[in-house]
Parts: sequence; structure tokens; C-alpha cells
Amino acid sequence: MKISVNGESHDLAATQLAEALIELGYAQMTVATALNGNFVAASTRAQIELNPGDQLEVLAPMQGG
Amino acid sequence: MRKFYGVELNKRLMLGTAQYPSPAILAEAMRASGAEIATVSLRRESGADGSGQDFWALIRSLGVRVLPNTAGCHTVKEAVTTAHMAREVFSTNWIKLEVIGEEDTLQPDVFGLVEAAKILSDDGFEVFPYTTEDLVVAGRLLDVGCEVLMPWGAPIGSGLGLNNVWGLRAMRAHFPDIPLVVDAGLGLPSHAAQAMELGFDAVLLNTAVAKAGDPVSMARAFAQAIDAGFIAANADPMEPRDMAAPSTPVMGKAFLT
Repeated sequence: MKISVNGESHDLAATQLAEALIELGYAQMTVATALNGNFVAASTRAQIELNPGDQLEVLAPMQGG
Repeated sequence: MRKFYGVELNKRLMLGTAQYPSPAILAEAMRASGAEIATVSLRRESGADGSGQDFWALIRSLGVRVLPNTAGCHTVKEAVTTAHMAREVFSTNWIKLEVIGEEDTLQPDVFGLVEAAKILSDDGFEVFPYTTEDLVVAGRLLDVGCEVLMPWGAPIGSGLGLNNVWGLRAMRAHFPDIPLVVDAGLGLPSHAAQAMELGFDAVLLNTAVAKAGDPVSMARAFAQAIDAGFIAANADPMEPRDMAAPSTPVMGKAFLT
């Protein structure tokens, strides 16, 4: 299934969010997620099904002022 | 002493973590400043890269409290979603709320700011709103649950100092019990000292330290200026006057003409 991850197209075997994050290499990382513009808490990622064309944002700590 | 959502600061400086020449210089500048609060942000992370993880490990090693921001957000929805993501990643209810309204000045969209501050305060966040010196907006922010106000000194990254001293002084007088932080626009330690002399509770800065030729020395200079300004504010400064008043006693002066 093709979805957008941080603005780039990815073709994933995973069909739900928690699995997709593992497939994308985020398993050990401290990240926050938003799907189609809405925050998805880490505790609910396993219940979130993905659909083709979804837009996933994966954010991590970064320098800021 | 006015507290920041129950937290008392020994060093009245909140220091940004962006734009330093290297992570090592960032860490050294943070230590030299004595800042107990570091501002941080969230950005896209590549699964293969993981640079954000290294940054987060560095910040945690410094033992400072973090104040995540919503920098770059232009809408209420963006800012609120970013705040939720920050709360989860950084494990804090603190959020430096920025809703940017104009690109050239990066001045806040104060209407969106109040709206977002209400949503977040109602949801348990402890909001540090990046605002202007407008007293009416400040009042609205307090009405919706903010317990700290952070007016700008000048546009973000400009280094111009305190553009509206009168407005900041009025804000201090108008809200005597509210913790006030000058956030953004400072360029020199003297600007920070001036903010503290006006009775502000802290200053928040980033670029002035990070983009100095020697960030570590500049961090130390800001720390000393902030201490000086704070001590001066509590030492009951003299009232300025228009005409000269001799400081050396006139009585007993020799007649030599």
C-alpha cells in the first residue's frame, strides 16, 4: 500500500500504524506521529489501520528556539 | 517570587538550542549560561537517520528542563497538533505556544494564539504564549488559562533588543503578579539586563548566543547581565530626572575665582 511518510511516497507491506513504524525503521526511536493531520498517541498506534494515500508524519526531537 | 507553573528558577534564562556551530558547543554554551530551561522543537525524522535521537540524548545529558515550542505553526490546528506530539515525546505539559501570523516579522497571530491557548489549557497543557506587548491580548491569554506571558522584545532573530520599552513597562505594571518573560529579538547582554531591570522574570533567547562568534562566552555574558539586571531591579533604582543634580557636595567648595 502506498502512503506518504514525511512527504515522501512509501510502498508498505504493513496495514496498521505500529507495524508501519517498525517497517520504516522507527522501532527504537522516540517519535510522535500524526496521520492525515491528526495526532495519534503511541498507545493507540496498534489500533490504527492505514489506507492508501494516507499522509503520515513522524516527528522527533530537534533543535529549537 | 513569581513561579513558572509552580517552578522556581535560580537562573532567569531560557536558552534555545538551535543554530549552534556544533552539538558540543551547544552543550558547552548551555552549561556556561547556567540556564535551567532549554527550548526544543519537533521536526521530521528519517527512519534511517535518527539525528533527532542523538540531539535528544544530548539534551537529556544536560539535566535541564525542556520547553518544547510550536515554531513554524501558522494555524491553530497545526499548533495544537504539534503541542500534543511534543507532550508525548518530551513528557512535559509545558508548551511554548507560537502561532505565527506574518512572515516578515514572524509576529504572532494573536487571535489564533488565544484560541490555541484555550484549547491547550483546557487539555491540561501549561502554556507559555509567545505574544506581543498588547495588554488586551495579554488579558485574554490569562482569561483562557495561561499563567505566564512571553511578549516579544523585537522580531525573532533580529537582535534589535527591546523595541517597545514603554509597552513592556506597561505590561509589567499591569500584571504585577504574572510571570513575564521577554521572548525573542534580543541581540546583546545589555538588552537582557534592560529587560530584567524593567522587572521581567526571565528572558528567552537563542540566536544572540548561537550565532555569536564565541557562543560559549556570549552565553556567560548573558548570564551575568541577567543576574545584574535582576539584582538592580530589586535594589530600587533611582528615578531619572531631566536636569543635572551634582553628586559631589557643593557645600564647602573652595572659592577660587
